Amino acid sequence: MLRFILNRLVLVIPTFIGISILSFGFIRLLPGDPVDVLSGEHTMTPERHAELLHQFGLDRPIWQQYLDYLGRALHGDLGVSLSNHHSVMEQFLQLFPATIELSVCAMIIAIVLGVVFGMLAASRRDTWVDQITMGGALVGYSMPIFWWGLLLIIVFAAGLHWFPVQGRMDLAIFFKPTTGFMLIDSLLSGQKGAFLSAVQHLVLPSIVLATIPLAVIARQTRSAMLEVLNEDYVRTARAKGLREGRVTAIHAFRNALIPIVTTIGLQVGTLLAGAVLTETIFSWPGIGKWMIEAIGHRDYTVVQGGLLMIAIMVMVVNLVVDLLYALINPRIRIQ
Amino acid sequence: MKLMHTLLGAAAAVALMTGSALADKTLVYCSEGSPGGFDPGFYEDGTTQDVQLAAYEGLTKFKLGTTEVQPSLAEKWEVSSDGLKYTFHLRHGVKWQTTDWFTPTREFNADDVVYSFQRQLDGKPYDSTQTYAYFGDMDLPNLMTGVKKIDDYTVEIDLKTPNSPFIADMAMPFAEIISKEYADKLAAANNAAQMNDKPVGTGPFIFVDYTKDASIRYKANPDWWAGKVKIDNLVFSINTDATARLQALLAGDCQVMAYPNPADVASIKANKDLTTIQESGLNAGWLSYNVQQKPFDNADVRKALDYAIDKEAIIKAVYQGQGQPATTLLPPSMWGFNKSVKGYPYDPAKAKAMLAKAGVKDLTVKLWAMPVSRPYMPDGKTTAQMIQADWAKVGVTANIFTVDWAEYLKDSKPHDRDGAVMIGWTGDNGDPDNFFTNNFGCAAVDGGNRSEWCNKDFDALLKQAAEETDQAKRAALYEKAQVLMNDDDPAVLIAHSVVTMPMSKKVTGYVIDPFGLHHFETVDIAQ
Repeated sequence: MLRFILNRLVLVIPTFIGISILSFGFIRLLPGDPVDVLSGEHTMTPERHAELLHQFGLDRPIWQQYLDYLGRALHGDLGVSLSNHHSVMEQFLQLFPATIELSVCAMIIAIVLGVVFGMLAASRRDTWVDQITMGGALVGYSMPIFWWGLLLIIVFAAGLHWFPVQGRMDLAIFFKPTTGFMLIDSLLSGQKGAFLSAVQHLVLPSIVLATIPLAVIARQTRSAMLEVLNEDYVRTARAKGLREGRVTAIHAFRNALIPIVTTIGLQVGTLLAGAVLTETIFSWPGIGKWMIEAIGHRDYTVVQGGLLMIAIMVMVVNLVVDLLYALINPRIRIQ
Repeated sequence: MKLMHTLLGAAAAVALMTGSALADKTLVYCSEGSPGGFDPGFYEDGTTQDVQLAAYEGLTKFKLGTTEVQPSLAEKWEVSSDGLKYTFHLRHGVKWQTTDWFTPTREFNADDVVYSFQRQLDGKPYDSTQTYAYFGDMDLPNLMTGVKKIDDYTVEIDLKTPNSPFIADMAMPFAEIISKEYADKLAAANNAAQMNDKPVGTGPFIFVDYTKDASIRYKANPDWWAGKVKIDNLVFSINTDATARLQALLAGDCQVMAYPNPADVASIKANKDLTTIQESGLNAGWLSYNVQQKPFDNADVRKALDYAIDKEAIIKAVYQGQGQPATTLLPPSMWGFNKSVKGYPYDPAKAKAMLAKAGVKDLTVKLWAMPVSRPYMPDGKTTAQMIQADWAKVGVTANIFTVDWAEYLKDSKPHDRDGAVMIGWTGDNGDPDNFFTNNFGCAAVDGGNRSEWCNKDFDALLKQAAEETDQAKRAALYEKAQVLMNDDDPAVLIAHSVVTMPMSKKVTGYVIDPFGLHHFETVDIAQ
């Protein structure tokens, strides 16, 4: 087991280097330099242009810029935003909890509902239950997030006033954040209605963000379950006289977990992509919205730093998923 | 007095926290983006300037809704006869704001003014990654030779050459005055960077908190020299998507919103729960020929192609009616606007005739279309397509070209570039000089003057007008300049856009700022 963990950890190093090169290089492939964007229609004198380029370190050779970036990144210094000049790491840490909170809520919804629907569909294969859940999954997977989010806002927020349109907390309630997780902070603040407001603000964005992963997990669960339900040991379990529910939920499900857990791990990447759109629509102050604006402003340091941090997060999640395999499937541990 | 203020401040803070204990009037404004920071010297974008002007003030200000300069922190000023020395007499009794992190020991005086400008002249900000950008763009490091204190309430600023627009520059956001005492205190605590996170000003609102990318909170300044404003709390609620912003307004999450989608304006105006006000923006959008490139060196060819374009149709389609045709470079709301200049109204027959007379056949033009939405041009690509269609009708082929905005701005400047470039301008200081010199002056060729047009008579008029102090005389000179520019037609003037501000019917007193900034000191909200 230890060797397995060590093996996986060693792989992190080349992956990290690869990510750092990609995140460094990606923004520079986009045409236009950040200095030109700064003064807009105003003409910048060539002296000031050169001065700013120098300030941002963009006049150095590319390999030097990369090594400097890598060296500082390893010390946790991601530089300073080119548009607002605040520390990238500091901004990331300020905004990151919001994305995590939203993603975790969305993931819980996606996993719980996805697995349940998938299992239902598998055990009631080819019945109307199967067709409705899988049809629903297809619709959920195909809907553009932006449109879906706006639709929910128009109907449930602006229309029925059941939920708020934007943000994380009612603007009339104000307290200083402690953890950055609104659900926790609202309880800590002790203010009346704060926790309820936090929950209300989470509902619509979580549903929107959960939709695609839910659809994928449901379909994957169904197909994994179907494969397993055809195995001999399941037939044996039934032959032994066990109830169908126990057969499905325990004997079959446990063995279907590997592909399901893989899918869940992969959906973390989808979640982050979805977070960009969801955060923009619901004005959720997280790193998704932050990144998309940085790309538009050619804010090199934010894009580099942000991409690196997100990639590290995804790496960590995948590492955890791999470790979970070893827990779920003893055969992998022994290898 | 101080106890009273402390009590009031505490009451306001408690009220903010418990929501509605004192039935406070809170105005929520749905803004379009996050500010870069709170130091007025560093940022040029409107989004950041909006949050700063709630707390800060300058020596002068623009009368709200106009480009007319009025006293603010300076009660009056004199200009020496040679135009090189400005003496400002500062207002007495202006208090610096008291906040959780700073308590002033003195009132506003000349030390603060000198500090605010000297730091920009010195050009060495406490944050080495920042520059005093707008100060530089308005050419003040060259123009301003010195600022000095004469006494506690008198400041003298010296210029290198006479420059009438200077007094309007003093009303711009970068010229807002910061507290020297606060700056010194931060520097002593090795925390100079806090100036950019927590502002202390003299203005109508006191900063309370900024939750990154989410909201900015202010409370009314009870000691504002102009009198406490009608609302008690001001909250900027940040929402970058225009459709979602509108939904927030409709749901009552905010009472005023910025920048609706042009496509939504018709339904907004029809909505009985909303008030919509419109005002022509201080901007202009145009298509710059390269007059150094054949056949655009022939004024008749330029005029012909101008006649060929149906600007009204573009305004209807692209601006969704939120604009008016531009007959001259200046928008009609600006002083100096020459209403007798007719421009080039749509006349394809005349265009064809003029082209034939000039011997132009099989002309192909590279037509640059901007890739981003700008206040003066909401959709460059569609405009380009319409121009292409219009020109095709008179036998001219246009090849639409677009590239990333930063590249676009850079590559369109050189005098040997190929083709006609769509571009525009939003006024900085409400002075006609700002429009003309930056975009059509001789010194701006290869720079902001994308028509590469250098007309000595035109330039002479601009120079004379910049040095002249009497506004009526200046206006006359600018009117002449507009006639000259119209006669030579270096660019197709397309439109001035109209700004639309939707708000709840409960909001009263909102005045649209021609510079595209958002002011709340005159606003009231019915409970």
